[in-house]
Amino acid sequence: MSKAFEFPEPDRERRLHEIRREAEQKGSVKSPGARPQGAPFPIASAETGYYGIPLLKQPPWTWEIPLYFFVGGAAGAAAVVGAIADVTGADRKLVRHARWIAAAGSVISPALLVSDLGRPARFLNMLRVFKPQSPMSVGVWTLVGFSSGAAATVFADFMQQRYGPSLPLRIVENAGQAASLAFGLPFSNYTGVLIGATTIPTWNQNVGELPMHFGMSGLSAAVGLLELMGHRKSRALQMLGLGAAMFEVWEGWRIESRPQQALDPLKHGLSGSLIRTGGMLSGPLPVALRLLSLVSNSRELRKWAATSAIAGSLLTRIAWIYAGHVSARDWRLPLEIKG
Amino acid sequence: MPTTAFLTDSTLCIGCKACEVACKEWNGVADDGFNWSGFSYDNTGAVGHSTWRHVKFVEASPEPGFGGNAPELNTWAFSSDVCKHCENAGCLEACPTGSIVRTEFGGVYVQPDICNGCGYCVVSCPFGVVQRNPDDGRAFKCTFCYDRQKVGLKPACAQTCPTESIQFGEIEELRAKAAARLSELQGRGMSDATFYDASDSSVKGTHAMFIVRGDPRAYNLPPRPEVPTEYMKKAWKSSAIGAGMLLAGSLLAFLFENRSNGQ
Repeated sequence: MSKAFEFPEPDRERRLHEIRREAEQKGSVKSPGARPQGAPFPIASAETGYYGIPLLKQPPWTWEIPLYFFVGGAAGAAAVVGAIADVTGADRKLVRHARWIAAAGSVISPALLVSDLGRPARFLNMLRVFKPQSPMSVGVWTLVGFSSGAAATVFADFMQQRYGPSLPLRIVENAGQAASLAFGLPFSNYTGVLIGATTIPTWNQNVGELPMHFGMSGLSAAVGLLELMGHRKSRALQMLGLGAAMFEVWEGWRIESRPQQALDPLKHGLSGSLIRTGGMLSGPLPVALRLLSLVSNSRELRKWAATSAIAGSLLTRIAWIYAGHVSARDWRLPLEIKG
Repeated sequence: MPTTAFLTDSTLCIGCKACEVACKEWNGVADDGFNWSGFSYDNTGAVGHSTWRHVKFVEASPEPGFGGNAPELNTWAFSSDVCKHCENAGCLEACPTGSIVRTEFGGVYVQPDICNGCGYCVVSCPFGVVQRNPDDGRAFKCTFCYDRQKVGLKPACAQTCPTESIQFGEIEELRAKAAARLSELQGRGMSDATFYDASDSSVKGTHAMFIVRGDPRAYNLPPRPEVPTEYMKKAWKSSAIGAGMLLAGSLLAFLFENRSNGQ
């Protein structure tokens, strides 16, 4: 049900009731009337649009979607980091942990996506077509490829650890890893395409940066998770975390420095505060903590940098979705009305 | 099959809402709540999952003596809004299940037995038409009375419109009619009469065309509706660069670490 307007206020209703009683008892009304709700009334014109009723509909998605963006981003980046770590012969434990993050994401992501659907039982309808012009379709197929690859890798690795090396399992492990690498690359950032290529102004005005932004946010989270799992000595993770956080600093500056009207939800109100808090936690704070930890060689500081980056990554996704809601409610933007 | 269209002429609309009623009756659409807006005779507000035709009540400043108006009264325009059935439709492109299709009449139709309620069409419609029904879970909008058109009938709204404000027919014929009507109105002094079909935008024209008076924005008709596929190239380029950064960064970081460990 569309709730574009407010319901009558109880105060006004009470006042109207008093006036009716006065009229009944005295035959005439001398006291002042009730001020109509919403007065002065909005009007329909080229300057005010259609009574300021929003043209665009808000995204119908529930809480699962920002969480899915976070989980998917971290899982996709973790798969890439794990595969590269494996190929370059890094610490086995790090490789294994990265694969576990990817595999956990490959289970949680579809669950979140399915439960957001209006008709979850019809999830498989997503797989009856492949539409390259639909980011949702491309994303679902990427998710399928990624999940299969990440799950197969962990399964084959686990079986070999338990029952000893075997050639077929090795093939499955490597093929799975290749697939999770290939699909993990787009999977880590396609959600930026998904919301960027829509009619929501604050999203589509950032379409050129959102995928990179979400990708780096996912990398921050993946690195953070690995560090919290104990890999706080890895210099490679430190470099990746630092690089991703520096990108987030740049992204924050880019948002703040552009004065477009469509970017207002990213700077003002609750959505603006969320974006800024998420940005601080993803960018400047981890950069500072990581640099300090480099100088002081403190692993405690890296733990805090990791925690901050993970929290920032999650908050960033929540903030972007929320900003989209605010943007859709802004009736001026699609009508190109300044204000 | 002829390519069909609506031409909704707001200068003929009397705001009776018969189109809304006929649409709901024929299509079995649920009520959209019984709320008062409190500031206009329009208590519905906008098209949505339970409102496929919606009569806008555009109350404007007085224009004394025009069209028989008493000087002390506001002018009042009505316009029956509907899904625009875009030539290049954002919802259709975005739908990941293939539920949304183009019919043989040129309309855009959501197949209810396939829609799984992902909601992506909702954020891909530049006119804010299609909407997910929270009770049902699926997305709904005007079907262009596909079932009626199949058997050669007019859509219910056009059939019932008592003033022929809603006209239905072959699209090119309607365009010609619209042009004739526009010059007639302008000849009668209504110099602000405007034709709206968004053909100069990436939507590439609509199968629901409108004649309104004044700026279409007062009717919540956007001046430059944009189909989101327009953003696709920029988006995937950014995605590719992001993937490249992730891959190159990981390679550099781990190769660098290995080399410094080796020394």
